[in-house]
Amino acid sequence: METTPQFFRQGPSLPARLGFFVLLSLLLMVIDTRFKYLREIRQALSVITYPLQRLANVPVVVHDKVDDFFASRHAAEENAHLRRQRLADRRQLQQLDALKTENAQLRKLLDATQRVENDAVMAEILHVPHDPFNRKVILDKGSRHGIKPGQVVVDDVGVVGQVTRDAPWLSEVTLITDKDHSVPVQIVRNGLRSVVSGTGKDGTLELRYVAVNTDIEEGDMLVTSGIDGVYPPGLPVATVSKIERNPSYVFARVTCAPAANVGHHRQLLILSMLTPAMENPAEAFPSDSQPEGRKRKEVGVR
Amino acid sequence: MAFADHPREEILRPVRGSFILLSLVASILLSLAPLTDVLHALWPDFAAMTLLYWCINQPQRVGMTSAFSMGLLMDVGNAAIFGQHALAYSIMAFIALLFHRRLHNFGLLQQAPQMGLILLAGQSVMLLTWLLNGMDFPPWDFFLGSVTGTLLWPLLASVLRAPQKPRRTESNTL
Repeated sequence: METTPQFFRQGPSLPARLGFFVLLSLLLMVIDTRFKYLREIRQALSVITYPLQRLANVPVVVHDKVDDFFASRHAAEENAHLRRQRLADRRQLQQLDALKTENAQLRKLLDATQRVENDAVMAEILHVPHDPFNRKVILDKGSRHGIKPGQVVVDDVGVVGQVTRDAPWLSEVTLITDKDHSVPVQIVRNGLRSVVSGTGKDGTLELRYVAVNTDIEEGDMLVTSGIDGVYPPGLPVATVSKIERNPSYVFARVTCAPAANVGHHRQLLILSMLTPAMENPAEAFPSDSQPEGRKRKEVGVR
Repeated sequence: MAFADHPREEILRPVRGSFILLSLVASILLSLAPLTDVLHALWPDFAAMTLLYWCINQPQRVGMTSAFSMGLLMDVGNAAIFGQHALAYSIMAFIALLFHRRLHNFGLLQQAPQMGLILLAGQSVMLLTWLLNGMDFPPWDFFLGSVTGTLLWPLLASVLRAPQKPRRTESNTL
């Protein structure tokens, strides 16, 4: 088959090959982190990894099925519990319905914009990366299911994160604990607005740049404020777990614990995109102050 | 242990290309397995280990090109920065190729600590890229993957070697 024996066909020397691949991968990393040009290549490669990830999940699916089968003995008990739960929820829901219509009417009276209703798609966690740095999870719904980057992901108690990359059949969700991820929030108790950021560690968030004398207490509930136009308002994000007020610093160190717990379940909800923020009426910004108007628009007043 | 000191005079049968490919695919599968907390910390990088095994035993067939492409696949599968695993795998493959003659002379048990060092080097490269990307230093259990990798190396290598073992009946007839 070969004219020259394997022994003599060595190709470029080992260090040369190393240099080539190191340079290539460094180049790819720079392009990926700084310029985001590699979306198509990633999507193409994900077509190969998707079946593998699906296959790797087969044991879990089988385990769940077997579990379901044997769990049917407890079904009656669980059913009764769920019935009670439903009754309790039902009562709250009735109140909510009344409040909703009341709220809509009040908003109409005030000429305020109506809150957007959004639907959700259920997705399952396909893979959690092994790196402790990588605050991401991979979900089994992608652009084929209408998922777009920017959509918000929640679980049954609170915000989990945001879809940052999509591939045909899967999507990557950056968790709120990611170091580069921030969520605009509001304290439920007093309506104070702030931004909560991830720390890169599991289960800790922080409020940065909170002045020492800010009215914030341990146990305060933080919900999304909705002013960013990405996160719908009113979703629980975290509770304040620790406040360190050191007078020698300008800012207090506020540590929070996220409400959602990704480690505990496999099903998550991907909320549909909010409609883009309302265009500002033309008379709000006179035409001569064009730059300022544009800046305001980017912020998106809701 | 049976696999610990396999006789050096034993001549292995040629490896089939399909087996190499299959083992690499299976190793990616293992690396992408969904895991819970404790296992998550202990889980070694099976893809890297399989790659290193072939780099040592079949350096003509599996080299840095395969390492690089496997790395890219792992990057996409793990939602990492594109090129991160590729860089780590290329460097690990380089070390393995550099020492493959030497490593080949050791039994699987003696190979294990050296493989552990190579895996650690790979993890350090990953760590470095994350640190450069602005992350904090991880907790110490980050390096547990290399330790379990070292412990599992003899097992993995003997599994990968099994199909090449000469068959007794065959050697009798020849």
